[in-house]
Amino acid sequence: MGTEVEQGTTIDAERLAAIRADFPILAAEPAGVPLVYLDSGATSQQPRQVLDAEWAFRTGRNAAVHRGAHTLAGLATDDYEAARERIARFVGARPERLSWAMNATDALNEVGLSLAEANRAPAVDPRLRIGPGDEILITEAEHHANLLPWQRLADETGATLRWIAVDDDGVWTEADALAAITGRTRLIAIAHVSNVTGLVAPVEAIVAAARAHGALVVLDACQSVPHRPVDLDALGVDAAAFSGHKMLGPGGIGVLYLRAELGDALPPARVGGSMITTVTMTERDFLPAPQRFEAGTQPVSAIVGLAAAVDYLEGVGMAAIDAHELALGRRLAEGVTAIDGVRLVGPRPGAERAGVASVIVDGVHAHDVGQVLDAQGIAVRVGHHCAQPLHRRLGVAATTRASAYLYTTEGEVDRFLDVLAGVRDYFGAR
Amino acid sequence: MSDPLAGLYQELILEHAKRREGEGLIEPYDAERFLKNPTCGDEIRLRVRLEDGRIAALGWEGQGCSISQASASVLAEEAPGLAVADARVRIEALRELLRSRGAAEPDEQLLGDAVAFAGVARFPMRVKCAMLAWVALEEALLEAEAR
Repeated sequence: MGTEVEQGTTIDAERLAAIRADFPILAAEPAGVPLVYLDSGATSQQPRQVLDAEWAFRTGRNAAVHRGAHTLAGLATDDYEAARERIARFVGARPERLSWAMNATDALNEVGLSLAEANRAPAVDPRLRIGPGDEILITEAEHHANLLPWQRLADETGATLRWIAVDDDGVWTEADALAAITGRTRLIAIAHVSNVTGLVAPVEAIVAAARAHGALVVLDACQSVPHRPVDLDALGVDAAAFSGHKMLGPGGIGVLYLRAELGDALPPARVGGSMITTVTMTERDFLPAPQRFEAGTQPVSAIVGLAAAVDYLEGVGMAAIDAHELALGRRLAEGVTAIDGVRLVGPRPGAERAGVASVIVDGVHAHDVGQVLDAQGIAVRVGHHCAQPLHRRLGVAATTRASAYLYTTEGEVDRFLDVLAGVRDYFGAR
Repeated sequence: MSDPLAGLYQELILEHAKRREGEGLIEPYDAERFLKNPTCGDEIRLRVRLEDGRIAALGWEGQGCSISQASASVLAEEAPGLAVADARVRIEALRELLRSRGAAEPDEQLLGDAVAFAGVARFPMRVKCAMLAWVALEEALLEAEAR
């Protein structure tokens, strides 16, 4: 981690109050009662520092980057590249390894489409070759964003899509993963932290096994980078993706991380302006990564805003945020488990799990659970959370998910637990 | 404190969600529609049989929230015996009521027990749940008539 300031190890009450005061929306009452926002796993809220940074850029330094020669264009380009360096330092990566994407879904699509493109070439780079007899390995718990690109890549290349099965709780283990990685495995794509179960993947062991078998590892870091210290270069993954809007940043900006060898070998899925060296009427040569994956004008003010979000997160300290959320995750997991007729999905309380709890309420559909919570101002996610195969395996169409972030309080978790405990009575489900 | 959800979860709705009138797939049938609400996973498979321009029988299978299941149950209770044209009028009336955000007066004469869903109009996120079975019937009627 590239923290400049020595950080505390937890977020105390005073700090938490100061943090909450930075987020204007936490004072809103959209349902006519104080908001209890427990849907940060879907999208996080933004502190005024992020909005201020975007405002300052748009009103003082906005211009097209890497194009113009005027002074303003120079200032905008400086901010743009400084943001890349800032965000790269935050995830332990060299700046040239980060390219911009719309969000993590877009970044994962870029990898899938680029690999398909590489395999259409007459002479395929051997590191990128995927074809009949090869296997792409994922888990049964993946978000659709880390499932559909690989489904399609398998369809297009003739490779076989395999997955690590989950148990009745939606959990898979390191042993399951290691048993599934073989000489036929060419690519492994997994979520670092599950958006439904909060399970933390054993990335180090998977990378080691992948290296031994010459497979690439793609990490969906959407639910890890915002919440805990992550060092992508040290993890040794080949590619990773995360979204700005889940880490206090603006919508419409995400990050694709690619190891240098992969970044310069992959043909870009999208082509166009600002990603080429020479273009003729029939030929084109691409810039190296990261620019080769950045065709067209990027959302520069959102990128500046994301850098401000990273400043904010490191100002609090990622270790402190991690500790805060793990404690809230424990409180959630233990709390829901203690309620009669409520079933917790994912690792059992006590096992490692992120600050998220998805539950099945016996006899009450998740949509109705969410409605009762919403009436008390408690915003949670109900549905399949873009993980239909996982929910099918759990035997339900939908679950109710509460997810915490640095601004979440113990009181909010307790409020959620209180209302959840009354849901079955409300619907006469007992 | 009054229950802010009382307008939504009327007694009749909670009762129908449990009773599930008309549950089961009828044979023979003239048309079948399978509809799904991708945001929440509610789904319904609905079959309809017509005789002399009237709905002779209607059956359904599905899973979802109490609103979607109760709405299918109410529909199954009310639709049999209706002329196709009358059924369409009622479907449209319910749609207008639900989209009114609470501004429209429900026509009890026309909608029967379905007026219980008037409260859903104040919860725009739930309108699709309440309409699911009714849209399935609307589409099934078109299909049956096209045969």
